[in-house]
Amino acid sequence: MKFNHLKRLAALASAATAVSLLTALPAFAQEAAAEAPKLDTGDTAWMLTSTALVLMMTVPGLACFYAGMVRKKNVLSVMMKIFATCCLMTIMWMVVGYSLAFTEGGDWNAYLGGFSKVFLAGMGKESMSGTIPESVFMTFQMTFAIITPALIVGAIVDRMKFSTLLVFMAIWVVVVYAPITHWVWGGGFLGDDGVLDFAGGTVVHINAGIAGLVAAIVLGRRKGYGQENMAPYNLTLTVIGASLLWVGWFGFNAGSAVAANGSAGMAMAVTQIATAAAALAWMFSEWLVHGKPSVLGIASGAVAGLVAITPASGFVDPKGALIIGLAAGVGCYIFSTGVKRALGYDDSLDVFGVHAVGGIIGAILTGVFAVEAIGGTAGLLEGNFAQVPIQVWGVIATIVWSGVATFVILIVLKVIMGIRVSEPQEVEGLDLALHDESLH
Amino acid sequence: MKLITAIIKPFKLEEVRAALTDLGLQGMTVTEVKGYGRQKGHTEIYRGAEYAVNFLPKIKIEIVVPSAQVDKALEAIQSAAKTGQIGDGKIFVSPIEHTVRIRTGESDDNAL
Repeated sequence: MKFNHLKRLAALASAATAVSLLTALPAFAQEAAAEAPKLDTGDTAWMLTSTALVLMMTVPGLACFYAGMVRKKNVLSVMMKIFATCCLMTIMWMVVGYSLAFTEGGDWNAYLGGFSKVFLAGMGKESMSGTIPESVFMTFQMTFAIITPALIVGAIVDRMKFSTLLVFMAIWVVVVYAPITHWVWGGGFLGDDGVLDFAGGTVVHINAGIAGLVAAIVLGRRKGYGQENMAPYNLTLTVIGASLLWVGWFGFNAGSAVAANGSAGMAMAVTQIATAAAALAWMFSEWLVHGKPSVLGIASGAVAGLVAITPASGFVDPKGALIIGLAAGVGCYIFSTGVKRALGYDDSLDVFGVHAVGGIIGAILTGVFAVEAIGGTAGLLEGNFAQVPIQVWGVIATIVWSGVATFVILIVLKVIMGIRVSEPQEVEGLDLALHDESLH
Repeated sequence: MKLITAIIKPFKLEEVRAALTDLGLQGMTVTEVKGYGRQKGHTEIYRGAEYAVNFLPKIKIEIVVPSAQVDKALEAIQSAAKTGQIGDGKIFVSPIEHTVRIRTGESDDNAL
């Protein structure tokens, strides 16, 4: 018996040695890769796919989601705003956005990148970003720079001038989006401070949600808000849009692992769980309050869950995702219904109520539920009391810069070119007034 | 000749059409309309915003019949369109002076 024990011990020891050798090998490989980045075809294939998925979130996903919620006379104008934003952001990202977000900014690197990759200078076929071509990484990030400003459109529908919107978007992506991206993911101060944001809770959702709220307040309410019937034109479009967002979000969250690995897989799993939990939470909240569950409610809840799990997706386990989803479903429901009406602002399609509120809930709860074995950082539940304050710091920094800069840009544009259509145009509907087109 | 105008519940249209066809009446004009009577409207709620919808969708049937068939037609429409619930609709009868069939030039009862 004793001999057997010894034999087992010896076997265990040799197994342990073998395992440690095996685990050391990839470490050596990684060190080698750091010197000369080597393309991983699996990673590259997944990131090509993710990039297409995230683009699908904006066109057609967000375009349908928003267009279905406005009145018939403004449906095309909403689709136009989203589509044009998609095109314009692509060019702005190519010209200067990518460089400002993802290059070394010298003395100002904590706050902003540099101009070394303006017009994508130096990005060739062989350029690498980690284990994937830089062209793929740049385009993946471009789809994030597209959807973030496009999200703001939900707050300004039915009343913002199209020309001013284009100018606003072009400035906003440079002055607000690129810097915040740099802070978190491009080597800036929030990343250095340890803020966890796997796929864009601060960069994308809090940022767009706050900008949307500021824009809705600067623009003022829609004419007839609170009196006229502003029931959605066609909620089937909205449900299709929400569903496309849901599917595309796997590219957003699991793609943010920038690799085809376990981190991406776990991000995908927790995304699905949090989304379903939030959709059910919103549905049941509404059922309790109004007596009936609604299709707009369950679709809105799904988006709220997707938003909230975004910062957490590479850091939490499925149990954390479940709680984050439930919290987002209830929290976003309260802000998009009761709080909005009590405060009287016309955030028309609830960009603040869903994206800022969901983003804040997700960003802070990431600090609570982060699991060291999953994302390398422990959260509050694992005894790391420092992480929640760090997450709050990330939220505050984003709110302040997004809020102040968006406000200043809009006020300047209001003085220079006006931001709101005329009252007769608003009454006629923007499809006809701005685009000479209409639904039949 | 009389014009019968009937406002009915949309899902009753096919039954009313069949009942009138059984009487040998050929042709009718149907319009999708909105309105309210004693049934009044309903409330819709979108993310907590409540909207009162006062006008409900209805179907308006217009049919011109020879005076002798008016009573049978009214009876057919009423029995086919009736559910017994509030909102079943109304039937109006009014006189028609003259009718012309465009293709042949036939007039009055011959044109119906």
